[in-house]
Amino acid sequence: MIHLAKRDKIHPAAAWGIRIAAFVLGLLVCGLLAFLMIDKLRNNPAKISDFYLSFINGISSSNAANIWMNRKFWVFLKNLALLLCVALALTPAFRMRFWNIGGEGQTLIGVLAAIAVSFYMGGKGKTALNPEWVIIPLMLVAAVIAGALWALIPALFKSKWNTNETLFTLMMNYIAIELVSYFLIVWVPNGSSALGELPYGHMPDLVVYPEKAVAPANKYLLIVLIVLVVSVLLFVYLSRSKHGYEISVVGESERTARYIGINVKKVTIRTMILSGALCGLAGFLIAACLDHSVNTDSVGGQGFTAIMVSWLANFNPLVMIFTSGIIVFLNQGASQISTTFNVSGAFPSVVIGVMLFFIIGSEFFIRYKLCRSRDEGKEKVK
Amino acid sequence: MQNTKKPFLEMKNITKCFGEVVANHGVNLDVYPGEVLAILGENGCGKTTLMNMLSGIYFPDEGHILVDGKEVVIRDPKDAFDLKIGMIHQHFKLVDIFTAAENIDLGIKGSSLKTVNARVREIADRYGFNIDPEKKVYDMSVSEKQTVEIIKVLYRGADILILDEPTAVLTLQEIRKLFAILRSMVADGKSVIIITHKLNEVLEVSDRVAIMRKGEHIATVNTSEATENMLTEMMVGKKISLNIDRSEPLDPQPRLEITGLEALNPEGIPVLKNVSFTVNGGEILGIAGIAGSGQKELLEAIAGLQPLTSGSIVFHNPKKNKPVTFYHKSFKRVCELAAAGAFHDPSGKPVSFSGLSKAQIMQLVKEGQVLFNEDEAMNLRDKTPLEIRELGVRLSFVPEDRLGMGLVGSMGITDNMMLRSYRKGHSFFVDRKKPQELGKRIIEELEVVTPGVRTPVRRLSGGNVQKVLVGREISSSPKVLMAAYPVRGLDINSSYTIYNLLNKQKQNGAAVVFVGEDLDVLMALCDRIVVMNSGTITGIVDARTVQKEELGALMTKTYPTDTAKEAE
Repeated sequence: MIHLAKRDKIHPAAAWGIRIAAFVLGLLVCGLLAFLMIDKLRNNPAKISDFYLSFINGISSSNAANIWMNRKFWVFLKNLALLLCVALALTPAFRMRFWNIGGEGQTLIGVLAAIAVSFYMGGKGKTALNPEWVIIPLMLVAAVIAGALWALIPALFKSKWNTNETLFTLMMNYIAIELVSYFLIVWVPNGSSALGELPYGHMPDLVVYPEKAVAPANKYLLIVLIVLVVSVLLFVYLSRSKHGYEISVVGESERTARYIGINVKKVTIRTMILSGALCGLAGFLIAACLDHSVNTDSVGGQGFTAIMVSWLANFNPLVMIFTSGIIVFLNQGASQISTTFNVSGAFPSVVIGVMLFFIIGSEFFIRYKLCRSRDEGKEKVK
Repeated sequence: MQNTKKPFLEMKNITKCFGEVVANHGVNLDVYPGEVLAILGENGCGKTTLMNMLSGIYFPDEGHILVDGKEVVIRDPKDAFDLKIGMIHQHFKLVDIFTAAENIDLGIKGSSLKTVNARVREIADRYGFNIDPEKKVYDMSVSEKQTVEIIKVLYRGADILILDEPTAVLTLQEIRKLFAILRSMVADGKSVIIITHKLNEVLEVSDRVAIMRKGEHIATVNTSEATENMLTEMMVGKKISLNIDRSEPLDPQPRLEITGLEALNPEGIPVLKNVSFTVNGGEILGIAGIAGSGQKELLEAIAGLQPLTSGSIVFHNPKKNKPVTFYHKSFKRVCELAAAGAFHDPSGKPVSFSGLSKAQIMQLVKEGQVLFNEDEAMNLRDKTPLEIRELGVRLSFVPEDRLGMGLVGSMGITDNMMLRSYRKGHSFFVDRKKPQELGKRIIEELEVVTPGVRTPVRRLSGGNVQKVLVGREISSSPKVLMAAYPVRGLDINSSYTIYNLLNKQKQNGAAVVFVGEDLDVLMALCDRIVVMNSGTITGIVDARTVQKEELGALMTKTYPTDTAKEAE
C-alpha cells in the first residue's frame, strides 16, 4: 500500500533535483508524443535529435558570431522582459492574496491609452502636431493611469462591498478588449479595424551594434533594461519597505492586520493601484517600443501566462526572471518545432501543456512524498 | 483488585510516527472491565493519537492491540465499533440540522425512527442522561451535544468508551453531572477511558491513571495511591511548584473605566449588554465565564477592534508632572494639548509652543522640558488600534487566536516583533535591526525553543508561540495588558512562565486583564474576578475569598434553581 505523506522540510538541492528531473521527464514525454503524432518522425526516428535541438534553435540561430548578436536571442530577451513586466505587476496583489487575474486587461488598456495619445497628439499627416519628447512621456502617463484605473475599480468594490476580486478582474479584461474593438472602429473608418503602425511616439533605440543584422538588439535593449530595473525595485519594495511589509501582513491574515492597526482598505487600494500601474507600464512598452499600434490581441494572453510566472516563483520578483525565462524558452522552442517539422500550430500548445504539467506537478512532490506502509501482508480481521 | 480480572483491552508496544515526529513510542496500556482509566499528560504528549488508534482513525506503525486476549486489527471506526470500542472526540461530529435520534442512528440501517427514539430514551434512563431525542442539534447546548455523542456510542453497543477532554467545554455543574453518569456506566460493567490534562478531575473520577510524557507511557498507578504532586512530577518529568505568587496590589489607581458597553455581533445579536467595571493599575483582573459569554468581544472592544453601540472606555494615563514623550505620529496632538494649556516646564510655568519651529518643539520634548499638568484621561471608544497608539496609550493585547491574529504564522520572530513597531521613523524602509535584537532578547529571556529568528513562528510549539507573542506585547512596558486564554494548550512549565510574566507586569504597575477558563488558576492569580454570562456581568468578586461554587453559580446565573441544587 502506498500513501502520501507531507514532508517536514526538504533540502534545497533535493528540491531542485526534483524540479530538474520533472523537466527532463516532461521533455521525454514530449518526445514520445512527437513520435506518435508527427509522421516525419515516425518514418525517420533519427530525427528525434532535431526535435530537441528545436528548443535551442528557438532562442538562438546558428549563424550569429556570438549570442549577443543573435537575433533570436534578443527576441527571447524581449519576450521574457514583457512577460516578466506583467508578472511583476501582478505580484504585489498576489502577495496580498488579492487574486488579480486582470493583468491582460490592465495591460491592454495601457496599450490603448498610450496609442490614443499618440493617435490624437501626433496627428495623421506627415508633420507631427507635437514633438516626440511631449508625446512619449504623455503616452507613459496615460498608460500608467489607465492600467491603475483598471485595477482600482475592482479594488474599490472589494474593499467597499467585499466583491469577489477574481471574477471582477477577469470581467474587466473583456471590457478592455471590447473598448479596443470600439476604438478601432472609430479610428479606422475603412472598416478593416486594423490600425497601421503609427509614425509617432516611438521610443528611441539604444544603439550598441551598428551592424544592421543585429537591429533587434538595439530595439529591445531599452525594454530589457527597464524591466530589469523594475524587478529590482519591486524586490526592494516588497521585502524592505514598510508598504511591502504591510502587504505581507494583509495577505497572511487580515485579522492580524486589523489587530495592529493597518488600514486594510487603504493597503488594498494602494497595492492594486501599483499593480495596475505596472501593467500600464507593460502596455506602454508594447505601444511605444514595439507595436506602435493596438489590436485586441496586443497583449496576446501574457496577462494570464504571467499569473503562472508569478506563482511558480513563489511571488519573488528576482526568481521571476528565471521562471518567465523558462516559459518563454518553451514557447519559442515549441514554435520552432512546428517550423522544423511543418506541423500544425496546435502541436506546440501540446508541448507547452505537457511541460507545464510536469513543472507545476513537481511542486507537489516537493511538498509531499510517497511512502510505503509497513503493514503490508497483515490481513484484515473481521 | 483489578489485577485479579482479565484485561478487556490491551495495547502492547504501540509506536506511531508522523514523518519525523514520534507521536507514540512503545506504549503499553491495559483496560479492565468496570473501571475508569484516566490518561493524563500534557498537550501534545500523544494521548489523543494513542486513542485514535483504538477508534480506527490512525493505524499503528508497530505493536499489537488485543481485545479479550485475542489480537485484532482496527482499520476504521467500523472495526472499532465491531469490537465494542467507541470514542467521543473533543470536537463533536454531529449533523447540525438533524435531531438527536437521527444523528444517533446515522449510518445504521433498518430501524424506524420510533424504535430509535425508544431505544435512546431507554439508554438515557438507564444511565441518567437528560435528552430529548427529537431536538435538533443546532438548538442544543455544548453539554447536550456531548450527551448525544455519548449515547451514539452506547447505542452502537460500545463497552469501552473513550472520551477525549470531555470537560474542556463544560461548566462546573455539567462536569459533576457527567462524572456521575460515567460512574453509573462503570457500575453497569462498561469501561471508560478519559483523556485529560487536569489533575483534579483525574483524582475525582478515575480508578487508575496512566501517565504519558512526550509520546511515552511513564506509569499506570491506582488513583487512590496518587497525589497531585506525584502525578505532576511524572507528567512533567521534574519537580515543579504549583503555587502562583500573588502579591498585594501596590497603590491601585483606576486605569481603565468601562461604563455601559453595548455591542452587536455581525448578525445584529447583542454580545455585550451594559458592561461596566474598572481595572486598576497594579492589579490582575480576571474575567471568568463560559466560552462565548462576551469575553472576546469585550477585550476587542477595548483594543479598538469591536464597534460599540453605546458606552465609554476611559483610559487614565498617570502623567501628572511627567515629561511628554512622542509616540509614533503624535506631534500634532502634543501641539493641540499645548495650545489647550496642558503642559508646564520644570520650573512650573505654563508651556506654549507659539512661535517655535517643529524642530525646536521636538528638542524641548526630547530634553524633558515639557511636563503634564494633570493625569490624562481619554475616551478610547470608536478609536482604531492605530489611533489608540498614536494617543500614546500603551495598551497591549494578547488575543486568543495567536497565529491568526496576534502573530503572522509564516513570518519569523523578527518580522513578528516588527508588527507593533514597524511604523516608527520617517524612513520609507523598515528597520529590521531593532526587532531582531528584541527577538533575540525574548528568545533568551523567555527560553523560546526555535532554530532561529527567521524560522516561521507557525513551526514552533504552542508554548513557544505564546512566549513570542506575550514577549512582544510586554516589551513596550504596557500600561494595560489584556490576555485572552494565554495558557490554553500550553504545558505546565510554559503556563507558569506566562503567569510569572503577568505578575511581573502587575508589579510594574500595569493594569492586567486576564481572561481564563481554569477557575483554580483565576482564583490563585487574580486580585479581582469579573464573571460574565451571555454578554452581561453577573458579578465582580474578590479572588482571595471567593469559593469555586460561587464562581460556578455566577457563570450560569440564568439558571438559578439548577445551581442552588448543585451547591448543596
